[in-house]
Formats: sequence, C-alpha cells, structure tokens
Amino acid sequence: MKISMFHLMPYRDLPDDFEKRYHSIWVDPPYWEIADPRKIGQYYNWTFDELIHAARAGIDGICVNEHHQNAYGMMPNPDVMGSVLARETNGLDTAIVQMGCTLPTTNPPIRVAEEYAMIDCISGGRLVAGMPLGTPQDVNLCYGIPPVEHRERYHEAHDLIMKAWQARETFAWNGRYFKLPMVNLWPRPIQQPHPPVWIPGSTSLSTWEFTAKHDHCYCNLSFFGNQFGKQVLDGFWEYVAKQGLDANPYRVGFLQLVAVSENDAQAERDYYKHIRYFYDKCLLVPDEFISSSGNQDHRSLVNSVKNLNPRLGRIIGQIKNWKFADFVKNQFVIAGGPATVRDQLMEAVKNLRVGNLMVLLHIGSMTHEETLKNIDLFCGEVLPHFRDVWDDEWENRWWPKGLLARRQDAAAGA
Amino acid sequence: MAEDRKLTLWNGQIKPTVRIAGRGEPVVFLHSAFGPMWDHFLAALARNHTVYAPSHPGTGPDDVDGIRALEDLWDLVLYYYELFDALGLKSPAVVGHSFGGMIAAELAASDPARVGKLALIDAYGLWRDDTPVPLASALAPKVLAKCIFHDPGDPATKLTFPDHHDHDAVIRVTWSINCANKFIWPLPDKGLKKRIHRISAPTLIIWGRHDGLMPPVYAEEFHGKIAGSQVAIVDDASHMCPLERPDTVAALVTDFFKS
Repeated sequence: MKISMFHLMPYRDLPDDFEKRYHSIWVDPPYWEIADPRKIGQYYNWTFDELIHAARAGIDGICVNEHHQNAYGMMPNPDVMGSVLARETNGLDTAIVQMGCTLPTTNPPIRVAEEYAMIDCISGGRLVAGMPLGTPQDVNLCYGIPPVEHRERYHEAHDLIMKAWQARETFAWNGRYFKLPMVNLWPRPIQQPHPPVWIPGSTSLSTWEFTAKHDHCYCNLSFFGNQFGKQVLDGFWEYVAKQGLDANPYRVGFLQLVAVSENDAQAERDYYKHIRYFYDKCLLVPDEFISSSGNQDHRSLVNSVKNLNPRLGRIIGQIKNWKFADFVKNQFVIAGGPATVRDQLMEAVKNLRVGNLMVLLHIGSMTHEETLKNIDLFCGEVLPHFRDVWDDEWENRWWPKGLLARRQDAAAGA
Repeated sequence: MAEDRKLTLWNGQIKPTVRIAGRGEPVVFLHSAFGPMWDHFLAALARNHTVYAPSHPGTGPDDVDGIRALEDLWDLVLYYYELFDALGLKSPAVVGHSFGGMIAAELAASDPARVGKLALIDAYGLWRDDTPVPLASALAPKVLAKCIFHDPGDPATKLTFPDHHDHDAVIRVTWSINCANKFIWPLPDKGLKKRIHRISAPTLIIWGRHDGLMPPVYAEEFHGKIAGSQVAIVDDASHMCPLERPDTVAALVTDFFKS
C-alpha cells in the first residue's frame, strides 16, 4: 500500500484562550490581533522541511491542500508549495500529492490543469492530481460562489481539465460557467493519458457517484478517525459493489492523525497538548459556516437531513473533556509507541479497506523538532510493516506509474 | 376558494405551483428566501384582491430541479414574464417581500409595461457601503432571528426556523434559501441600481422600523431611486413584517393599490 504524509500548515502559536475569545479559526479569525507574518514565514519553511524530510525518510507521498482565510490551513495555493516540493524531491520515489486545488474557485479551471502539468513535469511524472470540490467556507463564504452552483461548477471544471490535458487538437469550451475560445495547454503532464486523480469527499452520495463514474480514487479526509471513517467507507464500498466495480482497496484514500513516540506514555507526554490544540482551536468553526446543506444537491440534502449522524455529534460534544486515552480509544488519533501505532493502524487499514493512506504527522502546535521525531519514528518503525499490504492481490491504478515500477525495481535489486 | 395551480414553464423545465385566492384586481406576490407559505398576510390581502402567489423556481413541491434551468437574473426576469403570460396577467400589481422584492423591482425596471403597481417590502437589491447587508446564510440561526424579527419569540419564527426534528420542513426551507441564494449570493447587488430609474409603476416602499438585516436607510435608498414612490414604515416590526404585522402590511398594500 501507499502511505503519504499530509500537512495542513497551521498557525502553531495561537493564544491559549483562542477558543474562548474568538468565533472561528476560519473565515473571520482576526488577523491583526493574532498573526505574525514572520512566524508564518517560519512555518512555511518548516512545513517544506518536514515534508521533504519525510520524503527522504521513505514516505511514499507528500500532500498539501488548499484553504482560505484559515489559521489552521494557510496554503491558499497548494501549487506554490507543490512546485517547491517537486523540485526538492527530485531523485526520490515520492509522489507529489496535491490534495489539492479547489476546482470551482480556480478561474478559469485550466489554471489547475496548467499548474498540475508544471508540477508533473518538474517532478518527472510524480504528481497525484487531487480535485477537491472545496468546503462551503472556502468556496461559498471566502470566494463568493453561490452554494447551489458549487457542484455544477465543480463538475464542469473537472471535465474541462481532463479534456484540456488529453485533447489532441485545440478546442473551444462553451460551458455553462466557463467559456474559452482556444484551449491548447503548454505544458501538459508527463503521465499519460493523465495523472491519477483523487477526489476528496465526506459523505455525499453525489461524490460517490461522480468518483465511481470517472474511475477516480475516493478519499475520505476526516479528522474524526477511522471508526467514523468506517461508517462512511462501508457505504462507499457498498455503492461500489452495486455498480459492479471491483473492490480494489486502492480506490480509497483515508486521512488519519498519527503520533508516534518511544512508548505509549512518552507519546502522551509529547503529543497530548498538540492534540488538544488541534481539536480545541484548529477545529473551532461554527455550524453556520460548515452547514453542508448549502452546496449539496437536493438528493444529498435530503439524505443528510434524514440520516444525521447523532453519534458523531454527541462524541464531538464530549471532546473538550477528553484525555489522551480517549482520543486513542476513539481512534481520532492513533498515538503511542511504534508497536501500538503499528497494530492499531494495521487494523484500521484492513477494516476500512484503504490502499492509499494519508497520515497527518504534524498536528496543531507541534514544534519542528517534535514533527521530525514523529516522522522519523513513523517512517523507521511503522511504515516498513505496511509496504506489502494489498499488493499480493491488487494493483494501485491511482498512483504514478513510474513510481510503482521503480519501487519494484528496487525490491528486485535488493 | 383557494386553488393551487400547477404550471409547466420554461420549455418544460420549471414547474411552479401558484396559490390563487380571493377576489378583486389581481396581485402577484413574490415570496422571501424562506420559500412559499400561505400565511395570514396573504389571506388578509385576498379579502380585496385576487392573489397569485407563485413558488420561486426550485421551491415548489414538484420542482426541485427547476432552479437548474435558470442561469442568471436575466433568465429569471424573462421567466416571470412567461409566468405572467401563463396566468393571463398583462400588467398586474406586484408585491415582493425581501428576496421577492428584489425580483419585483427587477420586473418593473426591465419592462415597465408588465408591472401596473408595485409594493416593495424590506426588499433586497440595493447596496450601501456604509450599511453593508450581512450574508444571512453565514449567521447563526439565533443571530439571524434577532436581525429579522422584532420579537425573536414571535410564533412566526417557527415558519422560518423549523424545528430540526421536522425533517421535511428543514429540507423545504433550506432548499428554498438555496434557490434564492443563487440570485443574491454573495451580495444582493446584481445591478438593479443601473436599471431602477426605469420603474414607472406607482410604488409603495414598506419597511419594518427595526429591520436588522437592511435597516430603513434602505427604504430611503429605494425611495430616492424610484420617482414618485412613497414610503411606509411599520412600527414594532423588522425584516419579516408581513409575518409580524400581517394586517397592518396588508392594509397598507390594499389602500395604496386602491388609490
């Protein structure tokens, strides 16, 4: 299987009473009261160093994403990050996983096709092309797209990008939202017919259908751990079976918070404060900003209103009282010594049937040194035990082909 | 007797339901973002008029996809002229509340011959930099309730903020808001200020004195841009004044249309 390190690039020094004083970490957190641009510059450089360190330590891929007006995710353009990562990891077998550019707000969307092509060329064909719908906060509130148009714009942008990469002739695009007279991209990706496409989703039926129809990889990017992830992915696998598609575990990606230390007790000492920071401060977003119904189509709206997950709501309400052990017990974070993390992560991977795992190894306020330690222990003590999972039976059709071949060569040579 | 007339318009793609009730000169009522509701205000209006209350595209019971048939405000304006034609209304009086007020103003400005008389109630459509209109969908329901009801304990709040156990009502209201938001997101300024001078219908501007979403300064803004218009401020009422003071608002409209 493939395991990639995800980074959110959060503000690491929010005030201790942030969640008591402020309304939200997203959309309207007061910049001038809180932010220090010199610190932010330091965070960017640490973020690069941490992801590149993970690549050198043997991680399979490195992931960045896009958010706006967000103090826990300060990468308004993930391709600015991705191009640096592509360049700095040349010579390594690391995928550059852009998770990714928000399609409905990049205008015209061929900008995404162009920037991804640049990254694929710079990296020698190592790009994974994430194509997120984007959150209501980013797309509707920060970038002003009407919620009811959000998904339509997304579908059109996706179709345009796929065609722009592959068309043999210059073409005109007369879409509902985008109109371009002569599309003929320079550059285009090295990977043919196109780089692997990963689609982040939460629980929306429409995203399942879309992903299956286009044979892309469906990624559940959750901060609530694999137990809740299982409810989502069980639904997805059921849907896949109904469509008559194979149960290839590489169809699915999943994000899990992971924190490794020398042993379980040390993990609590090292990381509990950062986990608290993440759930208390980084996830401080009011319901009316999240309100997913706004950008759902009518069918998904009905589905989400009628099938609200009361258990998740109850559990989230209890987080403020959680101790370290509760985060681990509920699997929001897989944390402990290497053996604990190995066992629990293996169980989760098998349980979810996930082939393309993403791990969040920098959590909230984690320092640079602590992050490097987490990366080293994860890549040294955990990752090697996962290399061969699923590969006896399944091929990862959603990974850069050149990297699969090289990994096999290395194994053959060893 | 009230009649719910189902129409099929816009080349078969939009299927509004029009509640028709009362007797007298025709009045078309365009509802707010919260969706169609036959309330005390319309019942009061129907005592002196034949009221036609259509569902906005997408908000009728059999019409959830209707919203997808329209791309922009220009489509919406043409759609409403088509609806007038289907109802045999040449130049009816039009009353619009909130989002519906913006549409009413656009109809009267685009083709002044299609709107005989006009009443705008706490209408969207204009923008003042010194009094920015908050994005209602980004407000917590409790905060929004305080903005749009003078008395947040008003029983009418149940119509706009249904109990979360009432799934059907939650879905209906949420979808109605989505369908309205298509035309007022992210700001309710879609260029009416460039066209509003064309309005020739006699116009009454009705405003809740305590409108916390668009304060009465917006009534003045409309008044200043529509020649010969009159303003009536409703006491003890906010943005939802037709729900809060239905008899008062219905009497204002009826008296104005009679004169």
